Amino acid sequence: MTAAPLLELDNLSTHYVSAQGTRVVRAVDEVSLRLNAGETLGIVGESGSGKSTLALTILRVLPPAARIVGGRMLFDGEDLVTKSDAEMQHIRGKRIAMILQDPMASLNPLFTIGDQVAEPIRVHEGARRATAWSRARDLLKAVRIPSPETRLTQYPHEMSGGMRQRIVGAIGISCEPRLLIADEPTTSLDLTIQAQYLRLLHDLQQAHGLALIFITHNLGIVAKMCDQLAVMYAGRMVESGPVSRIFNAPAHPYTRALLNSIPRMGDPDQRLVAIDGQPPDLSALPPGCSFAPRCPQVMPRCRNAAPPPFAPEEGRVARCWLAEPAAVGGDFRVASGVA
Amino acid sequence: MSIPADVVRLPTPSPPRFAAIRALRLGDVPLVPLVILGIIALVAVFANQLAPHNPEIGSLTARFKPPFWVTGGSTEYLFGTDQLGRDVLSRLIFGARVSMVVGFTAVFFAGIVGTALGIISGYLGGWVDQVIMRVTDTWLALPALMFAIFLASIVGPSMWNIVIILGLVYWTRYARVIRGEVLSLKEREFVRLAIVAGCSKLTIMRRHILPNVINSAVVLGTLMLGVVIITEATLSFLGVGVPPPEPAWGLMLSDGKQGLMVGYWWLTVFPGGCIVLMVLSANLLGDWLRVKFDPQLRQL
Repeated sequence: MTAAPLLELDNLSTHYVSAQGTRVVRAVDEVSLRLNAGETLGIVGESGSGKSTLALTILRVLPPAARIVGGRMLFDGEDLVTKSDAEMQHIRGKRIAMILQDPMASLNPLFTIGDQVAEPIRVHEGARRATAWSRARDLLKAVRIPSPETRLTQYPHEMSGGMRQRIVGAIGISCEPRLLIADEPTTSLDLTIQAQYLRLLHDLQQAHGLALIFITHNLGIVAKMCDQLAVMYAGRMVESGPVSRIFNAPAHPYTRALLNSIPRMGDPDQRLVAIDGQPPDLSALPPGCSFAPRCPQVMPRCRNAAPPPFAPEEGRVARCWLAEPAAVGGDFRVASGVA
Repeated sequence: MSIPADVVRLPTPSPPRFAAIRALRLGDVPLVPLVILGIIALVAVFANQLAPHNPEIGSLTARFKPPFWVTGGSTEYLFGTDQLGRDVLSRLIFGARVSMVVGFTAVFFAGIVGTALGIISGYLGGWVDQVIMRVTDTWLALPALMFAIFLASIVGPSMWNIVIILGLVYWTRYARVIRGEVLSLKEREFVRLAIVAGCSKLTIMRRHILPNVINSAVVLGTLMLGVVIITEATLSFLGVGVPPPEPAWGLMLSDGKQGLMVGYWWLTVFPGGCIVLMVLSANLLGDWLRVKFDPQLRQL
């Protein structure tokens, strides 16, 4: 139980700084999380809540304006923040792989599928082209591409969207990484293909024992795929913990609002529930809790002081005054009863 | 019943070598431009055997003879003679050498320099981009012709110096265009995927950026060919290009300019026609190459 986690983020902050240094956008702010080998973590949140920036931070492929301003990222016991660029280059694709937001556009139109799946193997293991190709063949088979032998010599435009997606998945696992980060990999797919792809990712995870970070705003996917859930709001991780416990009893009003906003089938009279207001401007956050302006259960202290991370239960974290241990007897119980 | 299909293990196909080059199946090369360029090349190589007269020495008694089918022309000078009585046909034949060598090598040289700098500038960005682009801007601000004359006066006129000078003058065009392409390419998902897959910057520039900009470079090259030949002509006309009396198409064109007003049309029409044919052929070939470099188009 106390084995060292595969990935441990400790108060990690990434800010976007404008050229003159006058505007600072706190895209990722004091995020802490732990992920064990073989586990799946779902990261959910609205657009602009810092999910993707967090993923880019872990791989250290941030745009030039972004800076990691504090915290540690322990991967396999090594701090990724202090690694040199050359060392990171060996980790990327080899030990931590990533599937991008738009896998449909992730393939180079000028190269054969074989060359593209083989590329990380050649880059990281210095394998010969023919060796890498035979590995690529097995990988295509692993992602259930029919007749991989012919597909190897074809070009991306000859594939359907679902196939291209699976090929990108094959590239992701080509060097048998320990951690795979999938940044909204199914948003550009239709629902049946989505389900197939998710099952495939799940099977690959089981087969290779890799840890998976799943960035999405689809809570249904999280419920199906993930062991752990982290909810991000305005760059902060407002709640994290085991999926089933969070779904049953969300501790943070934002999580509760997210869960309530999932439309349910079979109830034609139900109105869509939206969260009032807009996410705050990340360069001008309110002094207190950043969710306070939209929170249905806002208290006076929320507007003055940002809540530190509380642990409402073993293994769970919530940044909300309602989850303060002293309040557990009163407000918190009441609050959890609402959901 | 035979063995189930999934037990049959087909051999992994070996990766095709030089897929793009092999895709250039000779079957559908556009014939017309290929034949024209082939003829020009052959003429250039065998100029000594083909030319009926010495291209550099004329006879002053036979000045301004018209082509043979015009009254006053003779079959001795098929395409007539120029102001010094030199045979136009022989000069065209020898001029093919200079124009072909200067045109293609200068375009190639400028293309390599400009494409490389454009890719580096666009992909690396930051201060590298600033330095390369400011140099390019300054270079473009210099009047190309004055700059070429300046360079020529330093290194002295000769055919190979002209090639280098033209390359130095025109690489900026490539650098500009290619950098722009790279700027949009580097935001494409497949480049990002290569980054998160751990490819180095050099690998990405070589394997993902370069093949995607080659098309533009080739198309630009075919357009530049005409410009380069005309500039070479201008330089020759000003006395800092291919040193006279060595014949070059551009030089013949400029020499014949004055004759045009008094009806000596053959002095300009023939070399002009040759340049047009060569540039047009290069354009058609370039267009064909462009299609062939794109796997999506080449199967159509």
